[in-house]
Amino acid sequence: MTHTNTSRRSFLKTSAAVTGGLMLGFNLPGTLGEARAAGTVYTPNAWVHIADNNTITLLSARSEMGQGVYTSMPMLIAEELHVAVSQIKVAAAPPGEVYVNALLGAQITGGSTSVRDGWEKLRIAGAQVREMLLTAAAARWGVDKDLLKADKGMVLGPKGLKATYGELAEAAARMPVPEAPRLKDPKDFKIVGKRTQRVDTPAKVNGTAEFGIDVKLPGMVYASLAQCPVIGGKVKSFDGTKAKASAGVIDVVQISDGVAVVANSWWQAKKARDLLSIQWDEGAGAALSDASVIDGTRQALKTGKVLEIIKPQGDVAAALKSAAKVVNAEYVIPLQAHAPLEPMNFTAHVQGDKALLIGPTQFQQGAQGAVAEALKLKPEDITLQTTFLGGGFGRRLELDFIVQAAEISKAVNKPVKLLWTREDDMTHDFYRPVGVNQLKAGLDASGKPVALHFQVASQSVTQRAFGLEKDTLDPFMAEASVTGYNIPNTQHDLVIHDTGMRVGYWRAVSHNMNAFANESFMDELAKAAGQDPYQYRMRLLAGKPRFAHVLKLAADKAGWGKPLAKGHALGIALMEGYDTYMAQVAEVSLDAQGEVQVHRVSVAADLGHMVNPDTVEAQIQSSIIFGMGATLKHQITMTAGRVQETNYNTFAPVRMHEAPKIDIVLVKSTEKPGGIGEPATAVVAPAIANAVARLTGKRVRRLPITAQAIQQA
Amino acid sequence: MGDCDQVILYFESIFALYAVPHCVNECVLKNQETSMSVDFSINGKAAQAKAETDTPLLWVIRDELGLTGTKFGCGAALCGACTVHVDGQPVRSCQTPLASVSGKKVATVESLSKDNSHPLQVAWIKHDVPQCGYCQSGQLMSAAALLAKNKNPSDADIDQAMSGNLCRCGTYTRVRAAIKDAAAVMRKA
Repeated sequence: MTHTNTSRRSFLKTSAAVTGGLMLGFNLPGTLGEARAAGTVYTPNAWVHIADNNTITLLSARSEMGQGVYTSMPMLIAEELHVAVSQIKVAAAPPGEVYVNALLGAQITGGSTSVRDGWEKLRIAGAQVREMLLTAAAARWGVDKDLLKADKGMVLGPKGLKATYGELAEAAARMPVPEAPRLKDPKDFKIVGKRTQRVDTPAKVNGTAEFGIDVKLPGMVYASLAQCPVIGGKVKSFDGTKAKASAGVIDVVQISDGVAVVANSWWQAKKARDLLSIQWDEGAGAALSDASVIDGTRQALKTGKVLEIIKPQGDVAAALKSAAKVVNAEYVIPLQAHAPLEPMNFTAHVQGDKALLIGPTQFQQGAQGAVAEALKLKPEDITLQTTFLGGGFGRRLELDFIVQAAEISKAVNKPVKLLWTREDDMTHDFYRPVGVNQLKAGLDASGKPVALHFQVASQSVTQRAFGLEKDTLDPFMAEASVTGYNIPNTQHDLVIHDTGMRVGYWRAVSHNMNAFANESFMDELAKAAGQDPYQYRMRLLAGKPRFAHVLKLAADKAGWGKPLAKGHALGIALMEGYDTYMAQVAEVSLDAQGEVQVHRVSVAADLGHMVNPDTVEAQIQSSIIFGMGATLKHQITMTAGRVQETNYNTFAPVRMHEAPKIDIVLVKSTEKPGGIGEPATAVVAPAIANAVARLTGKRVRRLPITAQAIQQA
Repeated sequence: MGDCDQVILYFESIFALYAVPHCVNECVLKNQETSMSVDFSINGKAAQAKAETDTPLLWVIRDELGLTGTKFGCGAALCGACTVHVDGQPVRSCQTPLASVSGKKVATVESLSKDNSHPLQVAWIKHDVPQCGYCQSGQLMSAAALLAKNKNPSDADIDQAMSGNLCRCGTYTRVRAAIKDAAAVMRKA
């Protein structure tokens, strides 16, 4: 078992002791600190704090990494607290059991869960505080609570009686917490579901938003860390003489993951780090290559233990035998880096048996637990403050850079900001694992699929990160494997194969491989049946209204079946993920070099209740651009255990001139909310792949779809 | 102009943006350990920085002058997060040695306005452009340089000026819309 496994498990045990419902006494970051400075802060529950100067603060249990939670979370509270969103300040919540994400079992921002988890929880929290304020006002004025009204931060009573929430906060905090306060009927929502300006935009257009890289503590020094070029390798020996003599260097220290140079400025630390001479014990990782990782994963489909994703339907073997036509295909997705624009960093100040950690993380309790274990501290003695995240995409669920910062601070006995270079980030990621999907279908004489055998082999992130037992189904590998299509005989097999790679959750996780395979395959079946891929899908969606609806909306938006510009083609794809139903149609052409140009993506999404439709659109736009890069442009390759891509030239994300027009149709729906931070990332790959196949007649079954891949297909 | 020319134009423009500014090539990189004092102006105020002469301007701006709006993304002029203006020209401050700005005017995102009244900031807020926000200082400074010389940029002009600025959150659609909006406001002003 790895070091990280134990620390992540131990955090689950220890964190319950850290906090209860009341948050007073914590060292709270940012906005709440300001509120406290302005007056006494009262805490009706773990989310809402009201200062006597009427400052209302929401402690957001979810990290803001661009997905808009610092706006959507207060919208949910404001709806029931009867205040404007602009009246609520937002601060990051500290680690605490009360902030655990019920959908993930830990205080994690990820899995497109923030709204789904907060949908009832935060409206109830807002309603509780509202009721406590009303109860307090009723008691103060000696009037019936039913005669009172809460509105825009004021409680209003008969005969002109009125008080601000701030004036009532102290009394309200002592009132009993109503367990089941009345919530609004969604048709009465005034805030939720309305386009709302993000609260974090103003700070992000004038340079004042504080990211991890911007943290500054008194007396703080800077660190740059040399890690083994092969992930998992250890320091055998090192000579830091030259580095120590370099300008501004304070110390050179060895920690678990490498050798750190600590200096008065980061540039000095980085320059001196380049002067280090280190002998590495590279370990088992030195044998890895991307080809061997993919081959091993493919081999595992034959030799590995087969896990059932869902109970088989009918008799696949018999149906395949009697089918008029059998279609087989294999799809492969490569390794990917997250490469958020803010390189990994954290600031730590370890003082004796206490530690202060400040920085960008998607996993507050994990950070606390991992540092506690590494430094032999009690979790409750570790204060953690979350800054804005300069991108997350799953990379900041990991805790490596946080433990490193703490170890360096302890070694030099100073507050330290550890900052990685882009090259460190690209070559020491927790990579999206490869996926190999093999699909087989039987078609009847009319071309309709009567049998489907779906097989996928990949690596389990959950085994590494959360100690999932071996040979146990990892739900984060099986996403989008079962589709909405009506096929009478189906079998879905999963094989978990440990390649030895260090893997992590990457935006949309296993939806990426499974949707790419399923939806590419659906087009291949339509082709084998000689049918239009849109009509072919539609015929398989009887009794699946949400699937069928978004499919039709996207096709209509794209003008499916209508004439296109010369040299253009459309491709369609459909998926359910995170309780969101989504279809996309991509319009592509090839440029002079044969590279794919995406001109337009038409998207239809039904994600149930939406909190902020503008953010929903932003997340769809974001996910499409993010997914396009992995579909067409970049991948991680590896030779002798060394990642070959080191910066944004060799790992080239989509740029402005490559960004397509994105048309979005959102379904008005009263279904429970679905997640929207990720699904579009997975759907865009098969939409593009299908468009390329229809344009060129060539089917690329391995990403990325480069000019060379098309030529060789 | 045909599509093909357009594509070539894009590539040329991108490479031009990636390229190290000319002043840097001429700059002395020999005395790397020499610490020196460099006078320049930052956001209209006189500044003096003491650092090794090869220290990139980025780190002087961030760590010495405390203006942290300018970000570090790649350290190789590939992402544009560190874009600032030197004598009005957009440069990648991660590739601009301190010594090369001696006597010059440096402007960072903080120079646009503190109260978000610059037309680009107004447009950025109206369109809710930023997501994580990390690249946005660089996006804004590249956009400001574009609008300073081109009051009515076409899509191709925007591609040319902005393709050196990466955004992993994919805010490009909104960046484009906001630039057009700000340009329209600035033309009326």
